[in-house]
Amino acid sequence: MAVKQSNGAPRISIDGISFRYRTGEFELSVPAMDISPGESIAVIGPSGSGKTTFLHLVAGIALPLSGRISVGEVEISGMSDAARRAFRVTRMGLVFQEFELLDYLSVLDNVLLPYRISPTLTLDREVRDRAAAIAAEVGLSDKLRRSVRRLSQGERQRVAVCRALVTRPGLLLADEPTGNLDPKNKDRVLEILFEQAAKTGATLLTVTHDHGVLDRFDRVVDAANWESADGGAA
Amino acid sequence: MRGSLYLAWRYLAFHPLKTAILVASVTLILTIPAALRVLVAQSERELTQRAEGTPLLIGAKGSPLELVLNSLYFSTEVPERLKYGQVDRVADTGFALPIPLYVRFRSHEDPIIGTSLDYLEFRGLKIAAGRRFAVMGECVLGARLAARRGIAPGGYVISSPESVFDLAGVYPLRMHVVGVLAYSGGPDDDAIFTDVRTTWTIEGLAHGHMDLSKPEAASQVLKKEGDVVVGNASVMQFNEITPDNIRSFHFHGDPADFPLTAVIAVPDSEKSGTLLRGRFMDPGELHQILRPNDVVQELLETVFTIQGFVVAALGLVSATPLTTMALVFSLSLRLRRREIETMVKIGGARLSIAAIVVSEILGVLLAGIVIAGFLTWLIAAFGSDVVRAIVR
Repeated sequence: MAVKQSNGAPRISIDGISFRYRTGEFELSVPAMDISPGESIAVIGPSGSGKTTFLHLVAGIALPLSGRISVGEVEISGMSDAARRAFRVTRMGLVFQEFELLDYLSVLDNVLLPYRISPTLTLDREVRDRAAAIAAEVGLSDKLRRSVRRLSQGERQRVAVCRALVTRPGLLLADEPTGNLDPKNKDRVLEILFEQAAKTGATLLTVTHDHGVLDRFDRVVDAANWESADGGAA
Repeated sequence: MRGSLYLAWRYLAFHPLKTAILVASVTLILTIPAALRVLVAQSERELTQRAEGTPLLIGAKGSPLELVLNSLYFSTEVPERLKYGQVDRVADTGFALPIPLYVRFRSHEDPIIGTSLDYLEFRGLKIAAGRRFAVMGECVLGARLAARRGIAPGGYVISSPESVFDLAGVYPLRMHVVGVLAYSGGPDDDAIFTDVRTTWTIEGLAHGHMDLSKPEAASQVLKKEGDVVVGNASVMQFNEITPDNIRSFHFHGDPADFPLTAVIAVPDSEKSGTLLRGRFMDPGELHQILRPNDVVQELLETVFTIQGFVVAALGLVSATPLTTMALVFSLSLRLRRREIETMVKIGGARLSIAAIVVSEILGVLLAGIVIAGFLTWLIAAFGSDVVRAIVR
């Protein structure tokens, strides 16, 4: 297994976590797991197995009931809500299945969104140029001022990927990023994610249902038992 | 913070109709009571100022309000007439300077004020162009009226007939404009001032016609009985007083019996005023003497009471758009729950996300306040004209 080392990419250490929603029967338990810097991991599993919840726990969107999650040197599960948000916006990039773009903004404004909703980040000329450059790399250079409502599904997901990349995060978290795309766009978006992760050396943690793309990841983890798909410990 | 403001602006701009309706609601909620207060305050100022400047007013018994509104603000409601003899009555007491007022006729919509030159002195009205009226048939114009109708000294105005269907009624008189008054900021700016005898001429109490004693008028003579010459229907009556025909104008009857609408009494002291009022207090007295300020204050009390009711009603009515606005914003937040969740997931700060929503609400409120302020300013700037039009 070739692991790409990255200066900005953090090591993720999961120390036997458990989680339960306040309402509902669902309970998630993840044994100890380590993700190396720059590694690309696919999390697979049936619906309701807790893949998305796992992603939220790693991102600090949700907190485990027990156990610890460390991202780099920081134990994210021990941070305050404000600190987790600040950490997330500066160190992580998130891509969602439904894109989650703001319809009333242009392509460029959507890409720059993290800079407009966090006082931790400063929006300056360099950031704008970087946003435009990333958009150009994914083939959106001529649509920067266009409303995202007028884009195709594939283009919208590419905008979402740009938004996740604009802060140059060390960790990319993607929740079924190709789930709503046709095969052509699916390949394109995955290609972009891998390209950008490789370029920045970022760790890529992706939840997916699509078994046809698993061979592109360094490691595949099955959420049914939180073991590597090859049978070894995750 | 700038980012939140920008996002709020983009959201409002993206929903122009919704934003416009919300802004319009705020504007209406604020403008209506503010405009009402401004108009009432201006009315109060306008009415009080004029009333305080008029110490005593004498008129025939009847509605005091009608008498005050006609005499001070030249309203179209003409009060019961009194006789010119009341001017002499006041003068004979020695307590006050009497100023006759006959405010009955109009030229188009503009009031013709039959009075004496004392009126101009009393109100402090200065001549801006030309001179004061000196003989019958001459008049001076208020500043605003002259500007509005584009008339300067040397021009003329024609009195309007009271009823075009009344053949025996008042006929138009062409009056020479000899002066224009300086702007005074009151009802005098919209009036035509002339000698009271000129208004009597308009009424038909004085008239001028061709001299029937001259040989060339023989064909107009119906019969001669001693000194009395009776003309036939072809005798030419003048509808304009000129230096050539002024001598032919004459009154039929005693001027003391000629009508006025009011007499302004300007006492030389408070004591004189009190004494003069005492002269009009007899139970059998056919005239009333009143202090216009008392009448105006009574009117204003009624206006303020009504205003209180209106503002209270507006307060209740405003609750509806305010509740609707609150509903629109809360529904909007529900609809945008996913958007807000996305911002949270990305790592948006709680304060920044709250600032977006607050900025949107404040933006709508601010736009409404600015527009309401502008509209109220407009009403304040031009409200006095509106008030004057209402009073008139």
